[in-house]
Formats: sequence, structure tokens, C-alpha cells
Amino acid sequence: MSAALETVIGLEVHVELSTKSKMFCGCLNEFGADPNTHVCPVCLGMPGTLPVINKRAVEFLCKAGFALECTVAPFSKFDRKNYFYPDMPKNYQISQYDMPLTTGGRVVLPSGKAIRLNRIHLEEDTGKNVHAGGHMTTSEATLIDYNRAGVPLMEIVSEPEIGSPDEAEQYLMVLRDVMLYIGVSDVKMHEGSLRCDANVSIRPLGTKELGTKTEIKNMNSFKSVVAALEHEISRQHACVASGERIVQETRGWDEVRGLTYSMRSKEQAHDYRYFPDPDLPPLSLDEATLASWRSELPELPAQRRERFITQYGIPQYDANVLTQSRFDADYFEAVASASGDPKQASNWLMGDVRKSLEAHGLTLSTSKMTPAALGELISMVKGGAITGRAAKEVCDVLVAAGGDPKAIVEQRGLAQVSDESAIVAIVDKVIAAQAESVAAYKGGKAKALDFIVGQVMRESRGRANVDVVKRLLMERLG
Amino acid sequence: METGHEIREAIARRDRSAEEVTRAALDAIGRVEPSLRAYITLLPERALAKAREVDAKIAKGEPVGKLAGVPTAVKDLFCLKDALTTCGSKILANFKPPFSSTVVERLDSADAVIVGKTNMDEFAMGSSCENSAFFPTRNPYDLEGVPGGSSGGSASTVGARSVPLAVGTDTGGSIREPASFCNIVGVKPTYGRVSRYGMIAFASSLDQAGPMTADVRDAADLLGAIAGFDPMDSTSVDVPVPDYGVGLRDDLKGVRIGIVRDFEDSIAVDPKMAKLYKDAYEDLRKLGATFVDVTLPHAKYGLATYYLIAPAECSSNLARYDGTRYGVRVDGDADVYAMFDKTRTAGFGDEVKRRIVLGTYALCSGYYDAYYVRAQKVRTLMKHDFDTAFAACDVIACPAVSCPPFELGAKSDPVAMYLMDYFTIPMSLAGIPAMSVPGGFVDGLPVGLQICAPAFEEARMLAVAHAYEQATRHAAKLQPVVS
Ligand SMILES: [Zn+2]
Repeated sequence: MSAALETVIGLEVHVELSTKSKMFCGCLNEFGADPNTHVCPVCLGMPGTLPVINKRAVEFLCKAGFALECTVAPFSKFDRKNYFYPDMPKNYQISQYDMPLTTGGRVVLPSGKAIRLNRIHLEEDTGKNVHAGGHMTTSEATLIDYNRAGVPLMEIVSEPEIGSPDEAEQYLMVLRDVMLYIGVSDVKMHEGSLRCDANVSIRPLGTKELGTKTEIKNMNSFKSVVAALEHEISRQHACVASGERIVQETRGWDEVRGLTYSMRSKEQAHDYRYFPDPDLPPLSLDEATLASWRSELPELPAQRRERFITQYGIPQYDANVLTQSRFDADYFEAVASASGDPKQASNWLMGDVRKSLEAHGLTLSTSKMTPAALGELISMVKGGAITGRAAKEVCDVLVAAGGDPKAIVEQRGLAQVSDESAIVAIVDKVIAAQAESVAAYKGGKAKALDFIVGQVMRESRGRANVDVVKRLLMERLG
Repeated sequence: METGHEIREAIARRDRSAEEVTRAALDAIGRVEPSLRAYITLLPERALAKAREVDAKIAKGEPVGKLAGVPTAVKDLFCLKDALTTCGSKILANFKPPFSSTVVERLDSADAVIVGKTNMDEFAMGSSCENSAFFPTRNPYDLEGVPGGSSGGSASTVGARSVPLAVGTDTGGSIREPASFCNIVGVKPTYGRVSRYGMIAFASSLDQAGPMTADVRDAADLLGAIAGFDPMDSTSVDVPVPDYGVGLRDDLKGVRIGIVRDFEDSIAVDPKMAKLYKDAYEDLRKLGATFVDVTLPHAKYGLATYYLIAPAECSSNLARYDGTRYGVRVDGDADVYAMFDKTRTAGFGDEVKRRIVLGTYALCSGYYDAYYVRAQKVRTLMKHDFDTAFAACDVIACPAVSCPPFELGAKSDPVAMYLMDYFTIPMSLAGIPAMSVPGGFVDGLPVGLQICAPAFEEARMLAVAHAYEQATRHAAKLQPVVS
């Protein structure tokens, strides 16, 4: 019977906004500082303190909303979500309940499938509990770091329309790319600036009604999202197969043991007693402000991918890779323009540049190679100033240390040699040394010629003009 | 002791130094404090340092603030950097904030001399000052009587003429009722007129700081010093602050005063009180005012509305007191929630707990619409009531209280205590300015007359109160039993 079941997943993604200051106070919003150094009376919830809305956070959220085709509400409000937890300074969280900043919208997966969004709302992050001396169950004391308390957080809630763990991963990747593009978050899952909870249920294929769902928490990488969802889905299949009832509950993902475990059931669920925060008047955004925020949006990854394919004629795969980050895409366009040859720009970035970056443990953004330098290198190859083979060497130097390609060519003596008299000597020397290959070629093995050409190139340290080499060899070997 | 404006003028003329004035005030407080207990904390060193600073400025001919050298008391819920700020609660018995409230900062920059932090009902919940976690404060006109609450300490010390100025807070009547009980002027400004930053919250949508003073001119000066927009308080309103002292009047020619029909029926229950207010209205008429009957049809729902909204907000505002970050902690023997439980059980008094439970219940899903949402709707209707009333009149005159000061322990039933705010709650719910000015005496004890105006029309309200005060001079007719 399990063959006829389909999976329904909804994701709640929390993204920390990379504003300079926190959501309701002037403290720095910065990851990795010493514990409790970015705190003040407001974000510590001291008696008498009051929140003031960070307009930049509102702007960031609205931009994310525009990028995801949401409807941005000109009028919204903040509510208090009441529950006791030691990392929450006021024992309530300022969030948005029934009037979020955006509703609707969608995330389009690379497959073309669109996952609709329910809403995006703005709230404040909590602090972090640190269990001194290791695990919660064994440590002597719990320490609290409030640096994160009050950091602006947006919660992106999807409709339950994600059909598999793979789709969930794609959904997260698209979200991550969009957030990076519009520059509202650094979306690092391992630093917690992107966090994700999942609602999972299964139902007979083709039915409309949702099955009993479980909520999965504690997934801290894209990989663990996939693993946790796969585990949970098979657990639910097993429940159904054995006639067991699926219980509506919150389950945690145990990365080490590779399974989900029950955290609390629906009966133990909180009543958050939401009500409008009396410290904050409703938020209204005028049309002009919204229009200017919308106009500041950059071209988004999906649009750019399409443009790269049509405008530059590069393959879909290359376009996907090159548009994954806004920096890389900008870089590609700069190289394309500097070299005047977008296809070569793409080939280099997808091939030799990538290999060199990996070898040196760098990325385009951390390498010292400028797009202008790479563009020039490509032009030099096209203009015959340097062979493709020597260019690889120059490229590696550029990636590792930066610099001017012409200077590197000169310094290393890598200019292409097309002068016959200089090449003839090498050709003769190689013919003499490679008697066997010469015999093989003459005996009809055409491929042996490639080997001989290679030997000549090697002897010339890659500088010999390959066309001249080939012509001279043909003349001599008939 | 004289009024604040007399002291200020004497200091400006160099008749007396701010230090002399401050020492005199501290002496006066010291003499009566054993019988009144108006203060939780006295700040003599801070006060004298500030006084000397004012004297130095005057000696050098430098400009001084509008309240230069005037001894001023603040309710113990205004955060004052590095000074004990308890909010009348055991849970904050050791709390010294690392920052000052905007009200304190504005008093400092007006060169007022803050002498101490006054006693109050715990978290401003009460109408008699008996809910202070530490000790009750006495009424300077009857040591067996309560000073009113929750700003009882502020009312008592001004009523005793120890200091001319104090700052209190009013959520449903906590400035006006004690002002009435202690023969002083008490002003609850428009919601949003004075910054709430650093003022420990009871009910955020109602709390408002205001002057409690010897006379109306002092109230005008003190309000001018503390009012105004504050970027730290998103609910403070950016409306210019006029010089309230300039518009004070001595007659009421051309002023239309609204008399609330619905309240006349309620006050008629006590003939002595009814007579006092009838006489007060007659005094207003003699000053040239004309009268208009107005109705506040939803005022009778005021108490019920207030006791849903205020506890709901308080249940959330007071959640932060859990012993983790500041204040008193009682360690639990199990997990952190046990610590929360023990801390809050030991730290909060009965009335605070009662309101937290009430408010938690009102916000629960399933009850929220029937209680909190409904109460907010009534609140909107109450605002409309006042809008309609003020279309026909300039100010409203009405009772501030239903009785003169009562004896300590006389109101053990919480609802009887809640009823003390019957005449003051509607204005709080509507967010409009309202004040109590000495209105005479019943059974030899002080009773205040309430005057209210449309939002941000404090100047109009103070002008009317001033004319009435100058014509009647009730405050001077009765001397405190301590001095
Ligand atoms: Zn802060």
C-alpha cells in the first residue's frame, strides 16, 4: 500500500537579515563576537525599555518580498508571542501574527515548478543557550549569550507544496541565491543565519486532504534537511504500513544517530497568547517608499540565467553555475566585456579558472585576479600573442597572485614563437629523438602525429605556434 | 515650603542657594518620613551634588534649566542610573538600572534636584499604596488614612509640603486619585505626551507620566520640562510642547464646560460628595464659564474594559521578571522553569499575581476575541464618546474620586479598590489629558475636582484649573497634620 502514498512538505525558513544594527535597538548585528558584547538595556529586556523599529530591516524584508513576487502590505503590525524561555530576554518575542509584511509569492525551482509562499514576516531573534562543558544533559550550567537576541529575522513560510526532500533542497538553494543576490542576508546555515523547520505528512496519491503532519526541527545544513526529511518520510511510511497512527508532534533531527525523535506532542503545544504589541504603533509604508525599494532590486538569478543563455549564447549548465552568486555573475559579465568573447569567458571560468581556484583553495571573490586581467589574457590567446597552453600557466599565476598578464608573459618568456627558423631546430630534434613514433606514423598510425606535435610543444615550453609546428612536421614526414 | 516657582525665582534672584533649598527639603523630608514613609530611597548625595552644580552655574552667570534648584521626587518606577529602582516590588528589591529614564534625564537637564524615589503600589497596581511590597505610605492629612495610589509616595511628600514637585504615573487614575487624597495638583497628560522610556511598564497602552505638584503653575512648569517627543519611545508623539505657564488664566469667560450626566447619577450616591462637586461647578460658573450637559454612554463599561486591557498587557510586560538577568532570583531545585516559578512566586505580591492571571486568561486563544478584542472595541467607542462631548464643550469638569481618603485596610476586597478609579479610567482608556485640582473637603479631608480636555490640549485644561485654583485656594485651607 505504501507505493500509493505521496509526500507533502512545507518549510518555515528563518533568515537573519544582515542589517548593521539589531531589530529594535542600536546594538551591532554581528556574528562571532565575544558573548554578551553586543547587548544594551533594550535587547536585554531591562525594565522600562522600549523597542524602536529598524527601518532597514523592514526595507530588507520588503525587498525579499518583491524578489519572491509577494504582495507587500502597506499596513502591518507587530505582535507579542508570549512564552517563557531563558534565551528570550522579555519572555515574549516581538513578531507578526495576523498582519505580516508580505503575503503570497512563490519560489520557482530549477525544474520550473513553483512553490507558493504563504507569508513572510519580520521578528526578532532570540539569544543562544550555551551548555557549559558539553551537552545539555551532562553540563553543570547553562550560560546565555544575548548577542543574537534582537537580531532581525524574517520567517518565510511556504505552502505545503514541496513534494520530496530533493525539492526541499532546491527550494532552499533558490531562496539562498535570491537572498544573496539582493544582499539582505549572508544565509549561512552553519552560522545559523538560515534556519529551517519542516512540516511533513504523507497521503494517498491523488487525494487533496492533508495527512497528519509532524514538524521537524534542528536541521543545520542542506544535507541534514534532506537526510531528516528522508528519514521522517520513511518513518511515516512504516507507521502506515504497520497500521500505526501518525501523531501530530514536533520531532527533532538527531544528526549523529540519523533519526528524528519526539520533542513534544500537540497536547503540549504552547498557547502563545498573541496580541498587538502596545509599544509599537502599526507600521505603514507609503507607495513611494515601496516603489523605490522595488526599483532598487537587482536582476534576480533566474532572470539573469535566461539572459545569459540568450544574450551570450552560453549553455544552460554554464549559465546555472555562473549565476549562482551575484559576484560570479558580475565577474563573468565583466570578463565577457573585457575580452569581447562571452563564450571564451564562460569556457575559461568554467574550466581552467575553476581548476586553479580549487587548487589554491580560493573563490572568485577571494582571488586577486581581476576580470580585466582575465579578459586581457583571453584576448592575448585570440590574437596569437600566447598559446592556449601558455595561457593556462598565466591563468594559474593570476588566480594565485593577481597581476598583469602581459607582464607575466614577458617575465616568464611565454610569448608565442611563430618564427619558422626557431621552430625548425626543435622539430628536427624531436624527429630524431622519436624514431619509433615517426615510424608508426609513416606506417599509417595517424594518431602518432599528435604525440609528436605534443613533444615539440613540450620542447618549446608551450610557446611554439602549433600551426607552424604541424606544417613543418607534415613537410618533413610526408 | 513654598511652591516650586517661588523657590526657582528665589534661587534665580540669589536670595537663597539651591544647596540651602535642598538641605531644607531633605530636613523637611527627614522630619516627617518616620510617620509618612513616602520614600523607598532617598538620594541626599545626588541631590546636594546637583544643587551645588546649579549654584555654580548661577555664580558664573551661566543659563540654568527651567526647574533650577527645585527639589523634586520621582516615583520608584523611573529608572535612575545606578540608583535602586524597585517599582515597589520585592522582585526588583536589588535592581540598579544601568541607564536613566527619559523623564529623569529631562529633569536633570532642567536642573531639577531629584531628592529621592517615592513609594508606590507594586508595579503601579493599586489605589492606596498599600500594595507596596515594602511598607504602606500614610496620608499627610490623616495618618490613619491612605495617600491613594499607585503614586502614593509622590502625593504624600508633596501633600506634606516637603517638596513642591513630584513625578508620578497614571494608568487608570494613579496620579489623579492620590492627588485628590493629598490636597495637591495631579496631571495625567495625553497618552504619548511624555516619553515612557525607562518608566517600568504596567500597561503599556495606558501608562503615562505626569506632574504631582503644590499648585497648577508648578504642574505647568514640570509638564513643560518632561513632555515632548522621544525617539526611544515609538508611542511618544511629535507634537510641539507649548509653554504651559504662559496660557494660565484667572477667569473662565467664554469657556464652555461639559458636565457628565452619567457621572452625576453615580456621585449622587454620596450626598456630601455630590454637594462638594455642585459647589465646585458653582465656583466655575462664578468665574464666567458656561455649562453644557454631555454624556459618556460607554463610561459605565470603563472598569470592565480597563480590567481586561491593563492585566492583559501586564501579564506580558511582567513576564521578563524571571530571575535570569536582573532582580531577585530564587534558585529552583530542578530546571530553569523551577527557578522561574520560585522567583516569581516569591517576588510578586498578591495583587500583581491576580492581574497576571487575569490577563493571561484574557489573552488565551478561545477567550481572546471575547475579552481582549471586545475590550479594545469598547475603548474605541469611549474615544468617540469624548470626541462627541468635546464637540460641544472646551473642557469637562467631573468628580476625580467617589470618596475622601479612606483608612488603611478599609478596602480589603479587590473590586472595592478597583472601583476607586471609576471616574478616572474613561479618560485613560481614551488617552486624553485629565487632572485633579484641590476641590474642597469632605469630613475634613481633601477631595479633588477633575478637569479633562481633548488630546494634546493640556494648556487649555491647565488654564481652567488655574483660574479655579486661584479663585478657591482650597489647598491652603488645610494644613498637613505632620510638618
Ligand atoms: Zn541592544
